Amino acid sequence: MSIKIGLAGNPNSGKTTLFNGLTGATQYVGNWPGVTVEKKSGKYRKNKEVEIVDLPGVYSLSPYTLEEVVTRRFILEDRPDAIINIIDATNIERNLYLTTQVLELGVPTVVALNMMDLIRKNGDTLDCKKLSKLLGCPVIEISALKGQGIDEVTQKAIELAKQRKSQEFTLPVMEEIKVSLSEIEKMIESSKVNINTPKRWLAIKLFERDEEVVKSLKLNHSVREKINQCIEQCEKVLDDDSESIITGERYAYIGNVVGQSVHKAKKGSDTTSDKIDKIVTNRILALPIFMVIMWLVYYISVSSLGTIVTDWTNDVLFGEMIQGNIQSFMETANVAPWLTALVVDGLIGGVGAVLGFVPQIMLLFLLLAILEDCGYMARVAFIMDRIFRRFGLSGKSFIPMLISSGCGVPGIMASRTLENDKDRKMTIMLTTFIPCGAKLPIIALFAGALFGGASWVAPTIYFMGIAMVIICGIILKHTSTFAGEVAPFVMELPSYHVPSAKGVLIHMWDRGKAFIIKAGTIIFVACGIIWFLQSFNWSLEMVDADQSILASIGGVIAPIFTPLGFGDWGAAIATVTGLIAKENVVATYGVIYGITDATEESADLLAMIAANFSTVSAYSFMAFNMLCAPCFAAIGAIRREMGSAK
Amino acid sequence: MKNLKEIRCGEVVRVVKIEGTGAVRRRIMDMGITKGCDIFVRKVAPLGDPIQVTVRNYELSLRKADAEMIIVE
Repeated sequence: MSIKIGLAGNPNSGKTTLFNGLTGATQYVGNWPGVTVEKKSGKYRKNKEVEIVDLPGVYSLSPYTLEEVVTRRFILEDRPDAIINIIDATNIERNLYLTTQVLELGVPTVVALNMMDLIRKNGDTLDCKKLSKLLGCPVIEISALKGQGIDEVTQKAIELAKQRKSQEFTLPVMEEIKVSLSEIEKMIESSKVNINTPKRWLAIKLFERDEEVVKSLKLNHSVREKINQCIEQCEKVLDDDSESIITGERYAYIGNVVGQSVHKAKKGSDTTSDKIDKIVTNRILALPIFMVIMWLVYYISVSSLGTIVTDWTNDVLFGEMIQGNIQSFMETANVAPWLTALVVDGLIGGVGAVLGFVPQIMLLFLLLAILEDCGYMARVAFIMDRIFRRFGLSGKSFIPMLISSGCGVPGIMASRTLENDKDRKMTIMLTTFIPCGAKLPIIALFAGALFGGASWVAPTIYFMGIAMVIICGIILKHTSTFAGEVAPFVMELPSYHVPSAKGVLIHMWDRGKAFIIKAGTIIFVACGIIWFLQSFNWSLEMVDADQSILASIGGVIAPIFTPLGFGDWGAAIATVTGLIAKENVVATYGVIYGITDATEESADLLAMIAANFSTVSAYSFMAFNMLCAPCFAAIGAIRREMGSAK
Repeated sequence: MKNLKEIRCGEVVRVVKIEGTGAVRRRIMDMGITKGCDIFVRKVAPLGDPIQVTVRNYELSLRKADAEMIIVE
């Protein structure tokens, strides 16, 4: 018999750490049906019959956010056999708020009390037994980080699942509310709705006027009217609206539970976390510290260490070792020259283009994972929010944008850290306008050839990109999909803590793996196709680039670009190959003008460009390449993150 | 009666009422800012917005526009 266990908890409660500890390397990452919220599940390390589903980190089960709706639907409709609810003991009041809602859903639940070591360190005490008695469910102390107690919790959950008893929990409320709730319960019963959800929960949700539940119950008009009267009466008596009455009752109940089970040592001075925060988000020091950290991330992953490893993989590993060896092997084995060329130039060259980025991206993800796990990312949002809100974004959008100035692909992937769906999509769309590192050689080439390396060229192109970001941000803010209420920026600032190496590495690998697979497949195919078009003519004979299929296609599409001032086939083709990777633009010019090993500094190439372009058309070409569709790798990443290619 | 936006850093206030509607209001309440609870205004972000408060023993940041909805005394 297989058992399904759901893992529920607040963000920053250690839920992901617990999930990693329980499932090890067996994780499967997908999306929840119909939405782009990530769904992770895995088999329990010690019993492969047990499936563990990691639910999105949520604070509540309200109907307002995607993550909360997903969590609620999973518990109600998929009916897991048991739930493990992980709680941060240092932040017990707000964590128990979710617990009271989970317990109401009737699924057998075990509470895993995390970070008890910090409670002890502060000299506070927490009575597990008492808490368990008050909540009416088992409470087990764990340390997700050290892996202590996690098997006990799971064993307990399995045990409960096997007993198949439903969880009993009734939120104690004031007399007036109790009367209203039981009246609503009666009405649900009399209208014979056939749903295997606890009636009390339905009654509370109807009382809160929860739209999801109202819709799904399909009560007839007169019953709905009666329920409404009942709610209004109660609201009048208590002089408050129903949603806030219930929230208030929950927190009042929690206050009572915590009062009985937690004993605080006298209210002490600031914690270490508070002390760090005093400096890091200090009014004067915050921005300089922030800039130094961002510069470090950028410098390490994009310019210094990252470039060294990327260059090594591109030039040495793929360029010489793999490509060179396979070429000589195939030549000695007397393989047809076209096949050798396909494998060596087309495929390996293509894959190399993708894999070459991997070390750089891994490094970047590693640094980001550290920043995220230690709690600094929330502070970044706190510091930058003011600026980004103007474009309808939140402060968290800063990180993806910064990374995009190195490479759009990891930038788009970094948007994962934004939990709001709308913000995420908008950030992704806007990041593509940020001029990435691969566009630099294009600027350098044209600026060198026609503008005598004038220093104003590169900055104006950059500003154009940034201006586009701002303009599009404002436009998107007013379009139908993104208009309306700004996502609430009511954000927890979690305590700082030293991230665990294992957690950070898993985090990094999760994202890196996704990049390799998804972006890799698209680039791989695209490279194969372009190589083919560039190496053959219409009668499928191998020819030079200027007689190839690609050249003839270029001749056909070139007129499209004439209004932009660069209507020769070469520029058209360079733009097309630029779609694969912006790095290709310069190389394509090299091929077209028959210059070997062209770089943005070769004198021959500079002369040829100068002869073929006017200053206006050159500037136009640069601008177009800067702002048109991003490269295939980025499109691949966008498609993956948005669930569509639009 | 004042709203939370008008409170200076370092002060402790008690929530009287939360105005507004819909998702933002619910979110504020879900995060533990409910009638009768105490809020300590810790600091303002370097650019003047959002603010950071301590509520129910943890740190929360919210925008001034949202803080305006929270009536305190």
